Amino acid sequence: MLKNVFGIAGTALNAQTIRLNTTASNLANAGSISGLEEEAYRAKRPVFRALVDQSDLNAGFSSLGGVKVNEIVDTEEPVRKVHDPGNPEANEEGYIFLSNVNEATEMIEMVAASRSFQNNVEVVNTAKQLMMRTLDITKA
Amino acid sequence: MKLFENPFGIHEQAVSVRNKRMELIAANIANADTPHFKARDLDFKKILASSDPAPMAATNVRHFGTGETEDPSGLVYRVPYNSSVDGNTVEIAVEQAKYGQAAADYQATLQFLENRISGIRKSLRGE
Repeated sequence: MLKNVFGIAGTALNAQTIRLNTTASNLANAGSISGLEEEAYRAKRPVFRALVDQSDLNAGFSSLGGVKVNEIVDTEEPVRKVHDPGNPEANEEGYIFLSNVNEATEMIEMVAASRSFQNNVEVVNTAKQLMMRTLDITKA
Repeated sequence: MKLFENPFGIHEQAVSVRNKRMELIAANIANADTPHFKARDLDFKKILASSDPAPMAATNVRHFGTGETEDPSGLVYRVPYNSSVDGNTVEIAVEQAKYGQAAADYQATLQFLENRISGIRKSLRGE
């Protein structure tokens, strides 16, 4: 049924929104600093997975064929280490650790997520028009 | 013409096949950023061949069967024009074009159905 198209596009809109949210979080924390290397902020990325199993239906997703965010992972790039003894967060050796967020990459992620979002909005629009025309069939 | 026995002819099944295709392409677009996702599509020709109401009967062991004995669901994987590093075979521009085409096909089937309905109306009114 055409209503499955709405369900599928809906899961994608949801997934892309989560992607936009992680990008916003990464950009917001681009300037975060920490005195400990392991506590420095690392850019987050959602990992998408297709909804193909019955278990996904049981988990509350309405339609197979859609997409979900399987997990959110930290990126592997090393955090930047800066010598700044005057900083209140600096460790005994005078170092602070900056986040590993690359602003340019995040901007690209943001544009890509927003484009994918728009694609799925178009899918919904077209399906809606077709559904309205199908309802009008009795007026022929 | 069997207008009242089978008023909608092949278009009744066609509309559900068109529906299924819209669904599949929507799923491809939804998974445009999913790693290892393989884009799928429906082969209308295969479905039409498998719904052939009168296939030639092989009445002798030496007869060859006719028609394809392929999967009647008509599900096929899309062969991408370019490969991608993450194993995803969705090419968004291709899917957008196919989605537009599928929508037009759906509307064509709807138009056929509308014509059948208005035909029945006219014959019932006897004008």
